[in-house]
Order: sequence, then structure tokens, then C-alpha cells
Amino acid sequence: MENIATAGEDDSLFGFWVYLMTDLVIFAVLFATFTVLRNNTFGGPSGRELFSLPSAVTETLLLLTSSFTCGLAAVAFRRGVRTRAIIWFAVTFALGAAFLARELGEFSGLAAAGAGWQRSAFLSSFFALVGAHGLHIAVGLLWMAVVMVQIWFRGLSAAVVSKAARLALFWHFLDVVWIFIFSVVYLMSRLV
Amino acid sequence: MKPALTSHVAPPPGGRGPFRSYAAGFILSLVLTAAAVSVVVYAGPLRLGGAAAAAAVLVLAVVQMCVQAVFFLHLLDEKGPRWNLVFFASTLSIVLIIVVGSLWIMAHLNYNMMPEQVNAYMRRQGGI
Repeated sequence: MENIATAGEDDSLFGFWVYLMTDLVIFAVLFATFTVLRNNTFGGPSGRELFSLPSAVTETLLLLTSSFTCGLAAVAFRRGVRTRAIIWFAVTFALGAAFLARELGEFSGLAAAGAGWQRSAFLSSFFALVGAHGLHIAVGLLWMAVVMVQIWFRGLSAAVVSKAARLALFWHFLDVVWIFIFSVVYLMSRLV
Repeated sequence: MKPALTSHVAPPPGGRGPFRSYAAGFILSLVLTAAAVSVVVYAGPLRLGGAAAAAAVLVLAVVQMCVQAVFFLHLLDEKGPRWNLVFFASTLSIVLIIVVGSLWIMAHLNYNMMPEQVNAYMRRQGGI
């Protein structure tokens, strides 16, 4: 079966995986900050009062589905089916953009309700953690647009497939990080 | 000779199709997400305490991470030295040290205070 992490286009895929692992350490530090500061609300609103579970579930489903369609794009570009690769990347892009739009809406809603990052240590760490993930998603979307244009104009050359494989790895990685943001930030704040 | 970091071996014949791998990962992730949400929504009726429910959510998240590592990132399909998996595992140990270590230290700061700080703390709290 084909194999994203080790497809062997070149060693660059392994190098990119090492980069992703260093990125994981950055997220670990942000997670540690958030879990330590999650109750330091400084008299302000807590996560339980601020976060909407249906909204978080919707964001999760959008990103999870986009990770799946990104896999379908990978199936297509490995088989050399150019149109289908572009279509699935376009679907992935749309889902990712919908996710980002919802997240930005959530952020602006919080800021408008007086729960911006300057309100408390809890909110600072929340915006740092979730914002860092959202920034990665935004960069991933930009990258995806570039890859789609390159598949369209250059076809599935070895260089373009190599780039698309790294993008797919990046996108799946971001969904793995989101599992923990969803669990630790949105689900656990309703428990404790 | 340059050591091979990643394998260039063709996939074994008769393995799961790539589409089936992604579909399995997607469906399993959906089920695990639904399970985690149900734990939170039904923690009351299920008589789950906050700590038990949080532990369940965390376990479900780790299981989903493993599912996606296998079905989306294909970490188990490496041939030869499993460098991707080795890096993943060692990075996870660093992640655990950072997160658990931070929580552990910050939750036990009371034990590490200077005596006058302890006295002030106890006065504030009205005794131990």
C-alpha cells in the first residue's frame, strides 16, 4: 500500500517529519502553559462559561473530514490522477477555510464579549495555543493553494508530488494536534 | 554509501488499499470523537466524577492519535529502520516530560515556598 510518511520520494519527507516533531514540542509547551493556567481566570469568565460545545464539535468535524479528503487527494496524486487530486485538495481547502472562519468568528466573539487575551492568564494561554494552531492552518491553506496551482499548470511531476506529499503530512499532523486541543481545551473545560 | 533514511521498497501486494486505510481512519476517528463528546455530555447520568471523565477523554484522545498515526500518517508501514516512528516516539516522551513535568511542579509550589511565604499563605487561607 502507499505510504505517506515513507513513500520514498526523497529524504526530504523524512526531514519534514523531523520538522513536524519540533513543531510538536512547540505545541507541547503551549499545552503545558494552558493546562497550568487554565483556572487562573483573574475573576473573569472561565472556559466552561465561554466555550460552546456544539461549535467546537462542528470545528472538529470540519477538520477531521478535511484530513480524510486530504488523504483522498494523496491517493489521487500518487496514482497520477491530476484532476481528482485537484478536486480533493479543493474540498480539503474549503473545509479548512470553513474551520478557520469559524475559529476566527469564535475569537472575535470572545474579544467582543470582553474575553480577549488580555483578560486573564487563562485566556492568554488559550489564545496562544489555539491561535498557534489556527496560524498553522492558515499557512497550510496558503500552501495548499500553491500546490493546487502547481498541479494544474505543471502536472504531477516528481517535484510537485514530493511537495504535495509533505503538505498532506502537514495537514494530517495538524488534525492530530487538534484532537488534543478539542479534548483538553473544549471538552475538559466542561468537566472540572 | 549514503545510509537510507526512508525506504524505497514497493508496497507489499495484497495489503489494504490506500483508500480503505483512510476510510477506516476517518470512521474510527468519528466514533472516538463521538465517544469523547458523550463522556462529557453524559458524565452526570453515568455518575462519572470530573477526574474520571477527564481521564476517559484523555485516553480517547490518545487512542485517536494512534489511529490517525497508523491510518493517516502510515507510521507502521515503514520498511527497514523505522526512523519516522522512532522520532515520533522520542518526541512524545519529550512532550510528556514538558506537560506532566509542568503540571507536577506547578501543582506542588506550596511545598516549595519559603517559610515566611508559607505563613502568609496559611494566614490567607485561614489555617491548613
